[in-house]
Amino acid sequence: MNLEKAFGSNCVLKGVSTSVKPGEVMVLIGASGSGKSTLLRCINLLEEPNGGQIYIDGVEVTAKGVVKHQIRRETGMVFQQFNLFPHKRAIDNITLAPIKVRGMEKEEAEDLAMDLLAKVGLDDRAYAWPHQLSGGQQQRVAIARALAMQPKVMLFDEVTSALDPGMTGEVLGVMQELAADGMTMVVVTHEMGFAREAGDKVVFMHDGIIVEEGAPHVMFSDPQHHATQEFLSKVL
Amino acid sequence: MIKIDLIIESLPALLDGAKLSLLISLCSVCVGVTLGIIVASGRLSKIGIFRAISGAYVAFLRGTPMIVQIFVVHFGLVEFGLVLPALVSGIIALSLNSGAYMGEIFRGGIQSIEEGQTQAGLSLGLTNFQVFRYIVFPQAFRRVIPSMGNEMVTLTKDSSLVNFIGVAELTYRATLIAARKYQYFTMYVGIAIVYFVITYTLAWLLGKLERRLGPHDTDSESGKGLRKQLRSERRFDLS
Repeated sequence: MNLEKAFGSNCVLKGVSTSVKPGEVMVLIGASGSGKSTLLRCINLLEEPNGGQIYIDGVEVTAKGVVKHQIRRETGMVFQQFNLFPHKRAIDNITLAPIKVRGMEKEEAEDLAMDLLAKVGLDDRAYAWPHQLSGGQQQRVAIARALAMQPKVMLFDEVTSALDPGMTGEVLGVMQELAADGMTMVVVTHEMGFAREAGDKVVFMHDGIIVEEGAPHVMFSDPQHHATQEFLSKVL
Repeated sequence: MIKIDLIIESLPALLDGAKLSLLISLCSVCVGVTLGIIVASGRLSKIGIFRAISGAYVAFLRGTPMIVQIFVVHFGLVEFGLVLPALVSGIIALSLNSGAYMGEIFRGGIQSIEEGQTQAGLSLGLTNFQVFRYIVFPQAFRRVIPSMGNEMVTLTKDSSLVNFIGVAELTYRATLIAARKYQYFTMYVGIAIVYFVITYTLAWLLGKLERRLGPHDTDSESGKGLRKQLRSERRFDLS
């Protein structure tokens, strides 16, 4: 996968260019309002960039005439607020897209969903309603739901920010396993521990630009830019 | 005083009338709900012309008396060569009126669904229509059942207005008998009770529907869910 983007006059993202290789975990860090989430949401076109290009697996997703919902099949996204469908049980949350988008048979989709639920440690809660699950469990179902579309890249948008500390661990644990399995991931997070342990590349954003990027151990121990140093001194 | 024997004597005629009232209400509710969904989609459309048309439709039909709307359809359209049977005119007018109110009810319901639901659906690769069909609308529908029930009850009562264009529904029959026998009190109290029984039954049915469709808001388990639960447990045992 090769991911590049450059924005012209957009005030949130002022010319951002980076890439993530297959199997890599890229962690986006930075203060609120620095453009991390906007960057993430541009990748699956939930936000439309005003300029520049994004490539996923060699395909330009920002090209004219591109069918958005076809692009979005290739990217999975997990949200801060989980956004499970409250009128569907956990398993039906997961099978919806494979059945409706991929045209999978119900039985096959349910088998897939059970495998994914086992992967996130929730196969015993398959028929629970979202409101019967804890925040951490809901978020793990949301991860399974995104994985069910077998995306080329997974996008995580501050997925632990709405969880209390006890539940943060279980979600980060699932993400770490996913990274170890070789999933390509772009993760927006304030969890520096996760960035350090699971990240292959850490990208620091400030005021809509990428100030600095590099391997986690380099970034955390020896940040080059003043803005990075200042940010890290506050959060570490 | 109420003359029970007169009511019993007129029962066949009243029941015929009640059947017609029910038919009118049922047809208007069905068309009204369908129109309402279309109107709500129009009001929420990204396309300006759809928004304008549905907005004007709602404003006009909410802002004019139902009886005038009935007269326009039945007597007014004759000038354009459209002579409709009174029953058809009545159903059309009531449906059009209900469509406006239902439209606003559905619009409110749809707008009350969090933006995150749409985004989650889109991020999975569903089309805009699929997101509406499988995610937004089912949730909105559950939320609007109480307001929709209100509108259905109102519509059932308002079906009595079509007696003015000569549809032989409940109110019309009662008026005829009352005039002939000079027993207004008996006949009108009699049909008031009939209307009440109809609307009360309707409210009761809607209450049942609300409880049935709302399992995600409560801990109740629908039969379908229970069967699935059992199946999952069986599957669990095997593994």
